Amino acid sequence: MAHFPKPAEGSWTQHYPGLGTGPISYRDSFDPHYWQQEIDSIFTKEWLCVGRVEQLSRVGSYFTKEFEWANRSLVIVKDQGETIRAFHNICRHRGNKLVWHDYPGEETSGYCRQFSCKYHAWRYALDGSLVFVQQEEEFFDLDKENLGLVSVACDVWEGFIFVNLDPQPSQTLTEALGDLATGLAGYPYGEMTQRYNVTSKINSNWKLFIDAFVEFYHAPILHQQQSTSEEGQKLAAVGFEGLHYELFSPHSMVSSWGGMAPPADPRMVKPMENFLRSGLFGPWDKPAVVDNNENLPPLVNPSGHRAWGIDSFLLWPNFMILIWETGWYLTYSYWPDSPNSHTFESSLYFVPPETSSQRVAQEYAFSVFKEFALQDANTLEATQSMIETGVVDTFVLNDQEVLCRHHHAAAREQVAAGRRPDSYPWMPAEVSA
Amino acid sequence: MSTPLALPEEFADLAQFEDWALETWRERYEKRLASTVEEMQALYDAITPRIEEILSYCDRHDLAALPDEVRNLMFLLFSLCEASLPVEIWRQPRVPDSGAADLTMVAEPRL
Ligand code: FES
Ligand SMILES: [Fe+2]
Repeated sequence: MAHFPKPAEGSWTQHYPGLGTGPISYRDSFDPHYWQQEIDSIFTKEWLCVGRVEQLSRVGSYFTKEFEWANRSLVIVKDQGETIRAFHNICRHRGNKLVWHDYPGEETSGYCRQFSCKYHAWRYALDGSLVFVQQEEEFFDLDKENLGLVSVACDVWEGFIFVNLDPQPSQTLTEALGDLATGLAGYPYGEMTQRYNVTSKINSNWKLFIDAFVEFYHAPILHQQQSTSEEGQKLAAVGFEGLHYELFSPHSMVSSWGGMAPPADPRMVKPMENFLRSGLFGPWDKPAVVDNNENLPPLVNPSGHRAWGIDSFLLWPNFMILIWETGWYLTYSYWPDSPNSHTFESSLYFVPPETSSQRVAQEYAFSVFKEFALQDANTLEATQSMIETGVVDTFVLNDQEVLCRHHHAAAREQVAAGRRPDSYPWMPAEVSA
Repeated sequence: MSTPLALPEEFADLAQFEDWALETWRERYEKRLASTVEEMQALYDAITPRIEEILSYCDRHDLAALPDEVRNLMFLLFSLCEASLPVEIWRQPRVPDSGAADLTMVAEPRL
């Protein structure tokens, strides 16, 4: 029994003819050859989110990003002109890694006036230009002008910093974001600077964790115990239905109900949630900056439903932004370490608390979120190991899993094309600009 | 231990939970994993009946400049956030079925 209306075609999936409704193969989630094709045609060609402008608070602030899957290390820095730039993290003298602390393979962050190589002290300005060479007179025809750091395409959208490993990206960041560039703009991301950033090594293909976060079909079951037992049983009996699904191929979104923040009846939630007025959906009291959700970005809460709780947007290929009705946001990144492992990265962003109560409410929201993440993460390992057996070849997906179907299909299209395809067979031909 | 944990006078009895007054999430999480549900239940039972009183006491201080004894009280509340999950739902220290899954905290707000 459908509680929320579906498109005229009868299902979200059939709203996109060409996406199909049949079983799909999960060979794309463990085949090493296919994984390499994804790296070559997706990850080294697309704009990838690496952080927020707030992480680079002043001129000279920097952080490094290790892309082991591409055998690359990057430095992202705010230069003298306050422009955010990205460079390959390699010294032009004899190739030492330029920025690292203690362990060359570990990501780091900090502040400096110039970058100085640990090996022979060559120095680079924040804009990458080579400014000092130790014993310069010993060199032969040194062309310092052309020995600056090798730059990487870098751009900022709504305070999110993106890089592109392609030396000549075929699209600008705005073009690559498509409808989401304006459709998600204007949310007070920049006001939500209270950040919890966690990472985890996960023994599954990167797409499997995205699958787990673009469907909530699993939520009433896998996470049942996280509700009070009566409420958990009720939720499991009802199951899950999205309020709205939409494809902006290769991007996508799902809009979901909430209703527990605050709950209609306090007995529906754990005692701590009532004590702290907080829970998985975040602190119950909205911060002023979200203006009671009167001015949400155009693509957020598309159904306008009063039970709206959260929207999850997948920004192709590996970045998600989740906007909560309660007035905070969450991001996920999935970095493909190998065919059957990835690094999961998540950040929770809240408005800086003004009172101790608000501070504790945020801490509790993090604590609860993390319990869900741990459950999800471990389930993935169990899935990965079994699909790899090949005992079962194809798997059936329901209508609430339309975004899983879409995400795998979009990857397949891009692998086949070797680059972002110009169109997708399931999308209507006349995509209005 | 000679000096007990510094706490506001009204809540001095909570000093018995001083090894829960931990500054980082990682320390609190590890403390949780290393504790029994009974130990966490004791923390829960000591704080939750007075939680409104404790929160309004903390709220009377500027969050940006908390005196040490109030900071310590806040750390106990943060530990309660962590410990309440085993107490209220799991009845075991670990998240069930979480196996080897673990999280590294890269950046977190500090008091
Ligand atoms: S390798 Fe960097 S100065 Fe020699
Ligand atoms: Fe989940």
